[in-house]
Amino acid sequence: MGALELFLGASLVGALTFYLLTGGADFGAGVWSLFAFGRNAQKQRALIDHAIGPIWEANHVWLIVAVTILFTAFPPAFAVIATGLHIPLSVMLLGIVLRGTAFAVRTHDITSQTDGSSTTPVIWRYVFAGSSVITPALLGVNLGAVASGRLTEVSSTASFTDRFIAPWLAPFPLSVGILTIVLVAYLAAVYLLVEAHDPDLRTLFTRRAMISCGAVVLAAAVALWQARRGAPEIYAGLRHTVMGPLAVAVAFGLHLGAFVALWNARAWAARWCAVTGAVVMLWGWALSQFPFLVEPHLTISNAAPPPTLHVLALSLLLGSMVLFPLLYYLYRIFKGRVLPGG
Amino acid sequence: MTDLLAARTQMAMSLGFHIIFAALGIAMPAMIATAEWRWLRKGDRDALALAQRWSKGTAVLFAVGAVSGTVLSFELGLLWPAFMERAGPLIGPLFALEGFAFFTEAIFLGIYVYGWSRISPWMHFVSGLAVAASGIASAWFVVTANAWMNAPIGLGPEGGPSAQFDPLAPLRHPVAWHETGHMLLAAFAATGFLVAGIHAWALLRDPRSGFHRLALMIALAVGGVPALLQPLSGDLIARTVADHQPAKLAAMEALFQTERGADFIVGGIADTETRTVSYAVRIPKGLSLLLHGDPRAEVTGLDRFPREDWPPVTVVHMAFQLMVACGLLMTTVAVWSGWRALRGWRIEDDRRLLYAFILTAPLGFVAIEAGWVVTEVGRQPWIIDHVMRTSEAVTPMPGLWIPMVTFSILYVMLAGVVCWAMWRHIAATAGPLSPASLKEPVS
Ligand code: HDD
Ligand code: HEM
Ligand code: HEM
Repeated sequence: MGALELFLGASLVGALTFYLLTGGADFGAGVWSLFAFGRNAQKQRALIDHAIGPIWEANHVWLIVAVTILFTAFPPAFAVIATGLHIPLSVMLLGIVLRGTAFAVRTHDITSQTDGSSTTPVIWRYVFAGSSVITPALLGVNLGAVASGRLTEVSSTASFTDRFIAPWLAPFPLSVGILTIVLVAYLAAVYLLVEAHDPDLRTLFTRRAMISCGAVVLAAAVALWQARRGAPEIYAGLRHTVMGPLAVAVAFGLHLGAFVALWNARAWAARWCAVTGAVVMLWGWALSQFPFLVEPHLTISNAAPPPTLHVLALSLLLGSMVLFPLLYYLYRIFKGRVLPGG
Repeated sequence: MTDLLAARTQMAMSLGFHIIFAALGIAMPAMIATAEWRWLRKGDRDALALAQRWSKGTAVLFAVGAVSGTVLSFELGLLWPAFMERAGPLIGPLFALEGFAFFTEAIFLGIYVYGWSRISPWMHFVSGLAVAASGIASAWFVVTANAWMNAPIGLGPEGGPSAQFDPLAPLRHPVAWHETGHMLLAAFAATGFLVAGIHAWALLRDPRSGFHRLALMIALAVGGVPALLQPLSGDLIARTVADHQPAKLAAMEALFQTERGADFIVGGIADTETRTVSYAVRIPKGLSLLLHGDPRAEVTGLDRFPREDWPPVTVVHMAFQLMVACGLLMTTVAVWSGWRALRGWRIEDDRRLLYAFILTAPLGFVAIEAGWVVTEVGRQPWIIDHVMRTSEAVTPMPGLWIPMVTFSILYVMLAGVVCWAMWRHIAATAGPLSPASLKEPVS
């Protein structure tokens, strides 16, 4: 295994990390819009629209970057994943399409106002909220299926169920799906409470952040427990290495820290804890799977030939030198108040 | 329906849907930036209103373009895993470059659409230019990937990447240059004509509106010039097809027999059983002349290829005719308006011309769809020309008609939704404009 494969594997997880923290949280905001009813429903929706409007399309590109790295650098893994997970990936795509369209149709309507009102039919709100739940759920199911080790090149004589259903319709992938929903909702709540001007909304999202923080810990525990049977290699990595239990402990500590910070109305500390907690969870999974891309056959050594890896690595490096300043610029314009030091 | 046919249909649907938004996403930013430039230089409030109206409407198109493009990135693997496994190392880097273009596009789009009153007018204008440039760049990279499928390079004897291939070489291939150039012209021409048609319709109802007059002028400038150039670019691309994919060219022209002094066949219905074309008009020796500049040059016909390697001739021939017909009509209208402009007459005073804009409004998009049918169906039965067959690439997953029908329903619904959303924008501008809806730029 060469340095290039290592770098590109890390970039893949890196792109997923950014997607989780940014694009994922955009879906999480959509999840909360499902709960926007009652007295200040419109204020809640306005906050959510305002928070994700200028940035969701850029955040979404992280997913495309991740897919591109996968099929360029590790084509065999992509082929196995895209074949075995045809069904859940297709459903995830339906969710992506519906979420984006519903959001755009509603917020860029000719009648839409910045206070969140518009005369578009209410169905778009439901489509937006519903697809914001479905998409992260399926994203989690797909990642869980990749981690589970059931997604190998099952022989082509195996039954349809064995090849195309069993790898993902199983307790472990489903538990990861649920974990993903609560995790993105949690991140979104923590972000939104910093962005809300209105004290009512701030209290509301603080409470929601605390509830979802608890839900994340619970869902993570369930997923870990399911991993014993459902993803034995991952479970072994998380239990029987030095790093594994450490990662679990650190993630737990960070979420606990976030909870305490929320309790004490320390929004910033909560934000940092929540974000690093999510990152530790993702990387803990990635490292316990390392060096496998698809357990238990394809590792990051099953890579494209060196010229491709060179060009890809170089374009990722040069690209990010341009990209990160531009992303910073975007966030500074729209999130200046809620950026560190802003 | 076989799984292969279902997969091809789903791919065709998804691409045919995406390309509309892609083309609009390439050309609209240039038009919006033109309007904004006019506001910046001349302080023309109509121009500011136009830029804001256009950008609000286009924001929906961009969102749909982005999500339908995401579907495509996955579909390449969902439907054609074996293709991606083989082609990934060769064209993957192009998609990676495209990814960066998407990023810059999405970043500046957010700034542009939401930033009217947050950044200085000049920065705002520059963001618009950045959106336009990234759209052009992404078209360049992805069309180059497609050109590689039409004229693959860098493959070794076993069909995998050769020992010293260069993943950036496809960018230097002449087929890629011609395809990209033609596609970019197509995007500008199609978008320009569509927008011109809409504002021509509004001008017929309200002939004195400065807003719509300005919109019409910008749309014509952006769409008309490419429409003039498109036949030339089409001729260039046809010559490269003749060099690299003679079977596709023969299918486009329904040329069953290899001939010296081949006729150019206009219209007609090709029959692959009898190997004849009925109801066609023939321009004697036209094809040899157009392709090789010599009326007696030889043009390869389908007889040089085994029957199982023929593309579907009837479809390809018809699609090609349709594209060329649309192109010639658009060129005619462009010449007509150019002539009026050169005489110093106002274009919008000629009501017949306004009607002509309305009639030609959809033609550019019809030509884009038809042109892609020529390119893609004309490559069959190959997914990578003469390297891999489409049937070898398709996913082993059975029951592919289910996702095909699901995505078809989704896209039909989305098309309806987008038309409805656009209609709301258009209907609102057809009435009087309320200055209150302008977002004041910071000064
Ligand atoms: C506004 C749209 C439009 C217009 C007016 C034209 N085309 Fe076109 N054409 C396209 C839009 C297009 C396209 C959809 O953009 C294609 C598909 C692939 C590509 O790169 O461009 C294309 C492909 C395409 C191809 C196939 C290339 C290949 O298989 O690689 C040929 C030979 C031509 N065109 C030729 C012409 C000619 C002779 C035209 C004369 C007027 C013409 N086109 C007008
Ligand atoms: C957006 C404009 C495009 C349109 C409208 C379009 C249209 C089509 C159509 C009609 C087919 C079905 C052909 C058939 O099976 O008979 C097809 C297939 C396909 N296209 Fe395109 N295409 C476009 C661009 C591209 C690009 C840029 C790529 C790749 C980089 C691409 C890759 C493919 C693949 C992999 C298939 C399936 C395999 C095959 O049928 O050869 N297409 N497309
Ligand atoms: C196989 C073919 C294709 C794939 C996989 C693909 C993929 C994508 C993806 C993932 C996006 C979303 C980017 C974002 O989030 O901002 C996108 C948007 C875009 N694509 Fe494609 N695309 C394909 C074909 C084409 C073609 C043929 C063109 C142009 C000629 C094109 C031009 C664009 C443009 C300009 C955008 C920007 C967004 C917009 O204008 O709506 N794409 N595409």
